[in-house]
Amino acid sequence: MAGETDRAKLLTRRAALLGGGKLALFGALVGRMYYLQVIEAEKYATLAEENRISLRLLPPPRGRILDRFGEAMAINQENYRVLVVPEQARDLEGTLDAVGQIIALSDHERTRILREAKRRRSFMPVTVRENLTWSDVARVELNAPDLPGVIIDVGQSRFYPKAEKVSHALGYVSVVSEQDLTGDPLLELPGFRIGKSGIERVHDLALRGKGGNSRLEVNAVGRVIRELAREEGQPGAELRLTLDLALQEFAYQRLGEQSGSVVVLDVHSGEVLVMASAPGYDPNAFAQGLNAEQWRELVTHPRTPLINKCIAGQYAPGSTFKMMVALAALESGLITPDFRVGCIGHVELGNARFHCWKKGGHGSVDMLRGLMLSCDVYFYELARRIGIDRIAEMSRRFGLGRPLAVDLPGEKGGLMPTREWKYATYGSGWAQGESLIAGIGQGYVLTTPMQLAVMTARLANGGVAVTPRITHSVATGPRTETRPTPSFPALAINKANLAVVRKGMRLVVNEPGGTAYGSRLANPQWIMAGKTGTAQVRRITQRERDTGVKKNEELPWKERDHALFVAYAPEDNPRYAIAVVIEHGGGGSAVAAPIARDVMMETLRRDPTGDSARERFAQTNERAGGRAGGSG
Amino acid sequence: MIFGREFRPTLKRGGEMTLGEKIWHIRWTLVLLLAVIASVGFLMLYSAAGGRVDPWASKQMTRFAVGVALMIGVALVDIRVWLRHAYTLYGIAFLLLIAVDIFGHIGMGAQRWINLGFIQLQPSEIMKIALVLALARYFHGASLEDIGRPLFLVPPIALVFAPAALVMRQPDLGTAILLIASGGALFFLAGVRLWKFALVIVGSLAALPVGWHFLREYQKDRILIFLDPDEDPLGAGYHITQSKIALGSGGLFGKGFLQGSQSHLNYLPEKQTDFIFTMLSEEFGMVGGLVLLGLYVLLLVYAYAIAMSCRSHFGRLLALGIASIFFLYVFINIGMVMGLLPVVGVPLPLISYGGTAMLSLLFGFGLIMGVSVHRDLYFGRRGGVDD
Repeated sequence: MAGETDRAKLLTRRAALLGGGKLALFGALVGRMYYLQVIEAEKYATLAEENRISLRLLPPPRGRILDRFGEAMAINQENYRVLVVPEQARDLEGTLDAVGQIIALSDHERTRILREAKRRRSFMPVTVRENLTWSDVARVELNAPDLPGVIIDVGQSRFYPKAEKVSHALGYVSVVSEQDLTGDPLLELPGFRIGKSGIERVHDLALRGKGGNSRLEVNAVGRVIRELAREEGQPGAELRLTLDLALQEFAYQRLGEQSGSVVVLDVHSGEVLVMASAPGYDPNAFAQGLNAEQWRELVTHPRTPLINKCIAGQYAPGSTFKMMVALAALESGLITPDFRVGCIGHVELGNARFHCWKKGGHGSVDMLRGLMLSCDVYFYELARRIGIDRIAEMSRRFGLGRPLAVDLPGEKGGLMPTREWKYATYGSGWAQGESLIAGIGQGYVLTTPMQLAVMTARLANGGVAVTPRITHSVATGPRTETRPTPSFPALAINKANLAVVRKGMRLVVNEPGGTAYGSRLANPQWIMAGKTGTAQVRRITQRERDTGVKKNEELPWKERDHALFVAYAPEDNPRYAIAVVIEHGGGGSAVAAPIARDVMMETLRRDPTGDSARERFAQTNERAGGRAGGSG
Repeated sequence: MIFGREFRPTLKRGGEMTLGEKIWHIRWTLVLLLAVIASVGFLMLYSAAGGRVDPWASKQMTRFAVGVALMIGVALVDIRVWLRHAYTLYGIAFLLLIAVDIFGHIGMGAQRWINLGFIQLQPSEIMKIALVLALARYFHGASLEDIGRPLFLVPPIALVFAPAALVMRQPDLGTAILLIASGGALFFLAGVRLWKFALVIVGSLAALPVGWHFLREYQKDRILIFLDPDEDPLGAGYHITQSKIALGSGGLFGKGFLQGSQSHLNYLPEKQTDFIFTMLSEEFGMVGGLVLLGLYVLLLVYAYAIAMSCRSHFGRLLALGIASIFFLYVFINIGMVMGLLPVVGVPLPLISYGGTAMLSLLFGFGLIMGVSVHRDLYFGRRGGVDD
């Protein structure tokens, strides 16, 4: 019995110890509670909020781009797409396999998705596929419960209704590449596009707008429970360009299969009505994403569809340069309009012989006939007498040889050689023969079609230094900012001298025997003045001259002459200037001038200024009835 | 030697109680306390379902009602019956564990259940109680001198580790720990010298690397993640990280009933079962957690009081053993959700959703209450024959 009591006493003692131990352990739990819920409470409260609340960027709609009449050139379309959030998918590869069962994914697409997922933060969605058809959308939606992290989303994609016809001026938008990242969170949105070329690139920031924010409550699998707050962004600005979309389309179509460009300017304001470069490319394909093969085809195409030939194509101006030589000669005071040269088809200088385009020569020509017939010998003589520096100086004043600061990327400056330039570049002196060659717009001289159009406009407007502009106004929200027309400085050219050159240009088109007489305007009320040019791209040997110079049709495309034509109209009250350059097109009068004539006719027909012009036109042309109204 | 002997406890003092007397002796306040704790559970299950009685709270209430009936039924059984059949019950539970092990292998996976057609039987739950019964009986028949002999301790050690090993193979680390720890509590209460515990603990620590080898991959992961949950916050460490965020963000007073963002937006896993304490702490804060802990302490004190007022050694060991199991449930679960212990899958008693645990716990409380009802029964160490 004593043993029994001892046992009971021991049990009591042990039970007390055990109970005390349990209380101590509970005490540890309380301590832990205190640590988590009081000391660290704030930290965990923040973490819980971070869990609960997801900030979502609201991409602003990209601003539309309109032509001068408000016609849409670049708009946004609805675009159904599949996105995946890597963080929520957990097993991204497995999820892609599952998605691949519904919409076939190529290996190429898979690697792109995995690469993007690695690059972005894991909660940022990655585009799986865009531009889904309705049936694909429905099938993905149906399988959504088995596809964690997969979202269907309606995005906006850029659409260019006239596609390749305005491709170079507008440019295109494309996916954001690594070097484009500036810290703007919008750029990290899946499928976000930014302007990569043309107007889309130059005005990208304005067109892009500002992103809004949405504070969402989300659950553990990312499903949105409700929206807590919303901050609207700023939609992208609406751009209005000076281009006339219908005229642009006309010009592009008129270029047809040729590789070339057309520029039409308002001679007083410098507004660019047409900037057509052919062949174009489809900017919609860029917005949707090109594959490697499409890209290679565009880059290696012999007719360079990616290049805006209007501002980035540099050509010897050929005979279209003769106005500059003539004006430089007159302004120098060394030459009068009556100065005559006898053309026997060539002229000798030292050992070299310089040929006129017309075998056998033009006989005795003065300045007006020299321009009208485009006599090379006459301009050889002018160039020899006044020298290259006077010619270069005059050309510069008319906008050649330097970039014009057009509102577009990739503009080239052309080249206007001087003695100084020759020495700096080649380390040798200027040879007089090089002046002769430059006198007919060959040799070192290079110009862009835009520069030729500006030169023509400055001739037409009486020597005012207009510069081209393509952006008419930028409308951000309710505020429209119109780019003011700058007051252009006068070039201080003697009006009488200018009148001589302009008269010469009138004769080219309107006098029988003029090199562009065949391309005079069909409407006798309007008179166009212009100048042809044919720029040689190969050297003609003496042997070939002896046996007969090969015709362009006999040559491979790459060796044919460039065909050029510049013009303005109406001659009595100039309003529009045009420059047409057809690469390897052949003769300026045969190929470029007819295109310029047709585009100029259409330009005048669509001219919205003054009813009188329209009435005159309506009397003589049954196709009358252009669009009324519009902007200046 | 003890197994071979004829063992028949007889009534030493006082006559047989009538059923009415037994019912009179039932501690209705204990029933009330259990009901209060269970009601906290119903409330949390209602919240876990997003403010609906279905699917969890309603079922849990039914189970509790059934469980209370079972508990009272158990309480009315003479504790000498439990003493007499303790080894038999243990033997049955052990055979069932082996059966589960075999069928589990056939089933090519972890299997803890035996389907008896009308009920899913979980032998490891039965074993928890059977082990306490068997050890209580073994130590009931032991003198202090017996306890002092090392060889005497070999059979009860086998009683503990044999089922623990089987359960570990299922694999169910939580239950294995529970069996070993509650067995240890009984050894301690029986008066085994502390240095012997020290010896076993040191030995176990030495064997730990070997034991590590036997753990399944996911169990190893759980322990590694417990040691450093931030290593893989979106993978397996996700549960414990989110649980700590939920607890911590609850603060002192909580976010309010039905307002726990972590719980209701599903960041918290298993919120209706293993992590229900987290949800309670998120919605009612540290104050809510302390109230529940206080209720548990009250329940334990009650069980201790019952044990100490019992005249028989068997009754005291039984009540304290069951109370220890109960304590271990609470401690492991709460420690686990707070990141103090690895995630081993132990429910919070009377609160977590789940039928088997609820029934086995109330069965256990039935035994404690039985000890209370039969507290004045005295029967000797050798079945009450010789003293």
